[in-house]
Amino acid sequence: MMTETVLDISNVSKRFGDNLANDDISLSLAKGEIVALLGENGAGKTTLMSILFGHYVPDTGSVSVMGEALPPGKPRAAIRAGIGMVHQHFSLAPNLTVLENVMTGTENLWSLGSNVSAGRKKLVEISQRFGLKVDPDARLGDLSVGEQQRVEILKALYNDARILVLDEPTAVLTKLEAETLFSTLKDMAAQGLSLIFISHKLDEVMATADRIVVLRGGKLVAERRAGDTSKAELAELMVGRKVTRPLREASTPGEIVLEAAGVTVRSGGVDRLKAVDFRLRAGEVLGIIGVSGNGQAVLAQLLSGTIGRTAGDLVLFGKGVGDLTVADAVANGIGRIPEDRNRDGAIGEMAIWENAVLERLPEFSKAGLVDRKAGIGFAQKIIDGFDVRGGTPTSRIRLLSGGNMQKLILGRNLIEHPKILLAAQPARGLDEGAVAAVHERILEARRAGTAVLLISEDLDEVMALADRIQAIVGGRLSPSVNAEDVDAQRLGLMMAGEWEDTTHAV
Amino acid sequence: MSALFDILASAGLWAAVLRIATPLILGTIGALLSERAGVLNLGIEGIMTFGAMVGWLTVYNGADLWVGVLAAALGGAMFGLLHSALTVTLGLSQHVSGLGVTLFASSFAYYVFRLMVPVAGTPPTITPFQPLDIPGLSSLPFFGPAFFNQTAPTYLAIGLAIALAYVIARTPVGLAIRMTGENPHAAEAQGVNPMAVRYGAVIAGSALMGVGGAFLTLSAFNSFFPTMVQGRGWICIALVVFASWRPERALLGAILFALFDAFQLRLQTVLNGVVPYQIFLMIPYLLSIVALAVMARRARVPQALMQPYRRGER
Amino acid sequence: MRFERREHRSTLLVIATPILAVVAALAIAGVLIALAGAPVFQAYWKILTSAFGSRLSATETLTRASPLILTGLAAAVAFRARLWNIGGEGQFYLGAIAASAASVHLFAGLPSLLQIPLLFAVGAVAGMVLLLVPLSLRLRFSVDEVVTTLLLNFVALLFVSMLIDGVLKDPAAFGWPQSEAVDAAARLPKLLARSRLHIGLGIAVVIAFLIYFVQTRTVFGVQSRAAGLNPSGAVFAGVPLGRTLVIVAMISGGLAGLAGTIEVLGVKGYVTTDLSPGYGYSGIVVAMLANLNPLGVVLAALFTATMFVGADGMSRSMGIPTYIADVTVALSLLSMLVAVFFTQYRIRR
Repeated sequence: MMTETVLDISNVSKRFGDNLANDDISLSLAKGEIVALLGENGAGKTTLMSILFGHYVPDTGSVSVMGEALPPGKPRAAIRAGIGMVHQHFSLAPNLTVLENVMTGTENLWSLGSNVSAGRKKLVEISQRFGLKVDPDARLGDLSVGEQQRVEILKALYNDARILVLDEPTAVLTKLEAETLFSTLKDMAAQGLSLIFISHKLDEVMATADRIVVLRGGKLVAERRAGDTSKAELAELMVGRKVTRPLREASTPGEIVLEAAGVTVRSGGVDRLKAVDFRLRAGEVLGIIGVSGNGQAVLAQLLSGTIGRTAGDLVLFGKGVGDLTVADAVANGIGRIPEDRNRDGAIGEMAIWENAVLERLPEFSKAGLVDRKAGIGFAQKIIDGFDVRGGTPTSRIRLLSGGNMQKLILGRNLIEHPKILLAAQPARGLDEGAVAAVHERILEARRAGTAVLLISEDLDEVMALADRIQAIVGGRLSPSVNAEDVDAQRLGLMMAGEWEDTTHAV
Repeated sequence: MSALFDILASAGLWAAVLRIATPLILGTIGALLSERAGVLNLGIEGIMTFGAMVGWLTVYNGADLWVGVLAAALGGAMFGLLHSALTVTLGLSQHVSGLGVTLFASSFAYYVFRLMVPVAGTPPTITPFQPLDIPGLSSLPFFGPAFFNQTAPTYLAIGLAIALAYVIARTPVGLAIRMTGENPHAAEAQGVNPMAVRYGAVIAGSALMGVGGAFLTLSAFNSFFPTMVQGRGWICIALVVFASWRPERALLGAILFALFDAFQLRLQTVLNGVVPYQIFLMIPYLLSIVALAVMARRARVPQALMQPYRRGER
Repeated sequence: MRFERREHRSTLLVIATPILAVVAALAIAGVLIALAGAPVFQAYWKILTSAFGSRLSATETLTRASPLILTGLAAAVAFRARLWNIGGEGQFYLGAIAASAASVHLFAGLPSLLQIPLLFAVGAVAGMVLLLVPLSLRLRFSVDEVVTTLLLNFVALLFVSMLIDGVLKDPAAFGWPQSEAVDAAARLPKLLARSRLHIGLGIAVVIAFLIYFVQTRTVFGVQSRAAGLNPSGAVFAGVPLGRTLVIVAMISGGLAGLAGTIEVLGVKGYVTTDLSPGYGYSGIVVAMLANLNPLGVVLAALFTATMFVGADGMSRSMGIPTYIADVTVALSLLSMLVAVFFTQYRIRR
């Protein structure tokens, strides 16, 4: 096989603040080759691809295509050099036809007519050559997700891409669609295109890629030919660390406080949660791990009382509750830490005390009047007890740093000793000190008998806090495993959706 | 009943339909163009008022009627530029900015008009556009007086609506406009500059609105007076929804709307004294609201309508 | 050029914003005055003295400010919850006609202390009803309420015109279309003798404080503020968005209806189709100038009334069209929008 290098990324580094997102990464791609980029969230994959596509300018290092250096930070130049990007979130217009989506911006803007027939011919030709079947005149919004992805790929090919980058291409696909996609990708490689795809799923990586590159903590930690490695090795490389034993004393879990049996949530015609089961006991932390976009947000919303379920049962303290409302949740002593604290957890323009009492206004009001004094007192108690710095009860919550805002949110939930705490990504985006503080508080609540459901994409966090772990993949929950018994390889496999052979539920 | 039929069968009714429809056609396709790129332009009412004033004033000061039309287009474009700067560059609320533009444009029009034309007993007039005599067609029985006895701007409006339908559906720039209104990020990813597209669409659309206003003073009537636009701009905004954002349907919608209007005007004279005239005058506004309620769910709204675009922000 | 959100916003900046906006608007309007060939500062001085130079003019300005405070509050309350009520003008007229009809045909003869509050209620309900129509269209069919409230303004005015030219026409008005004068007991007491200034001003100011109190101190107020500022965060905290919006609409429409009621009971005593020189529309500007703060609305209404009354006087003596007041007010709205933007964002690069 001829090995002609089409893409050369050499010594690329990129720093955001204190975070070294890419640390001296070098990577090359040959003609007709499929490379898989494997790594956890935050490993630096997306940053690397954004540099390749000209969205970011690297601090050091360079990218060259077909031997020619690519000017940094110029997406147009990247397109012209033949790089095509298929994003996880499609850049498409649902109200336009397939052909229109593909042809936008490809002709001289000021010509008096669009050469639609030539465009259609080219599109049909490409779609036949690569087996990407799609009706050029269909309205995009009427297509399935898999077909929409085909349109994204066709868009890149229509712009004469020679190198195709796919970000998590199967995250949104059904199993069948994913299989079709990979056979197409192999076909494309056979015809001389070069592909990079980003993934967490060991199966598809092993089945499709010629070469696998593992990133961890911004560094390229390993490079393997697909034939020379195994899923087990990859899982360990991806997760990397020796699994650190968390610093928490054993606890004896109490009774079951919250139970889900076969809970399904359907929205927009898609099952976002599929027959999910879990049992949460007093005094324990149940960690839900998984790669982002696999249903975590829906699970959190369901348990926070902001959306309803489609099927299945929720049992709270031994009683079926149907759908939870926010008021039920608060009244029943369920503390809630939302995934996105700026969007859901705080009203930026309102005072800290108002944010502290907003979800429990009935407690802080008499005859419809808000007891401002009590609210301010409550907020002061949180500020003192949870070490919130940078604001007084009457200053706007927007002025707090992320960590202090999170401490306040944590405080308003924990100060009344809730029976259950739902924590979605509680330490996301916080600095080390704030992370430690948040973790400490969660463990403290556990000690006090609170049942904690921790939804997190951060493995370290889950390992540090959880007693039991379940993985969420494509809206389905794995059976739970004891955190004590689990190793990096096992977790990697679980997050890749490989749990059928490991079913000893606890 | 026969009275109703007589109304419908009269050539005068159909001549009036096209006359009433003209400013609506121009205003509607102007608003439509801008909304197709993702910008709601509630400045329309004020822009039409300003167009009516400046077109008239230009002609009143001795210029040719077509120069008046051009002045109205330029005046409209000027306010379009203002609205784009506020909503596209700064990303301010399109609702509030549009209302501000309407208040400013109309009060500015009244101010300039009062300043240039001192108060008089009877409002000063100009010689407006005269009906075109189209050889062969204008002399046809019934059809001649009904459809081929209009002034030039009416034919211009119909021509522009058809042209816009073609541009939007069939040209690269039309596709770029639609993509910008649906998903500006996708447009950007394909090398189209969504900011530039939005500026262009809002400014061009506002120019059309200005010309729509000028039709009132240069063809339908021959003088300018405050409040003469009478909510036609808001009706145009409703017609855009009714037309599902398609220029060819906007043309039909405006004509249909004008038919109701012309019909009720004639019905008024028939039913004079039996039904208060205000009931008839309410009909266009109520009709617009009904059209909105019926079509709002069914219509395919440009997905990025009213969403400011900031590079790199999703 | 890029814009970046400011982390901190100094109180000084927030207070200075409307002042800067008004100064900018006055500067641009000054150019228009200069182009008309008049001395700018003299013209502004004339505006000020015409608005406040005498007892008569000052009371006139305050009389003009009263309905503006109420329509301003109507807009501010609605906008805060992101309900775009542009129908203040129609609600104003509907409130006015409902109250005057009720006074003539229902409550005539009742003592003031009973009749006036009853008429206030009638007028407010009329305004509410008119706003609930577009709100239900929004909630049921997702129809943008901006256009429907605007269109209903024309419908409401025609409706009023029909009534005062028909069933409610005053037979003693020599054929002029106007409603019968309200019962004497329904007339609002004067605040100052020998002036048009009536207790409506006091009522409006009290209501402004009341709204401020409701927004900051009551459960509903805190919830509706949250719903407007961050709907997603409000839902997470359990705020019922739909119900909140309905109550907000009732308050907003009610205030605009009340403005019409107070105007008809306080000033003229009967309804004509020129009862309002655009109070409903000016209310929008007043609300925006006040940055939706109910107490700020009082000041913004005062500014707007000053411009309108002052420009009348200035126009008479200097030959500048009175429309300069409308221009200035519209310009203040636009410059306020820009000014508020720059308190939230700064320019990068």
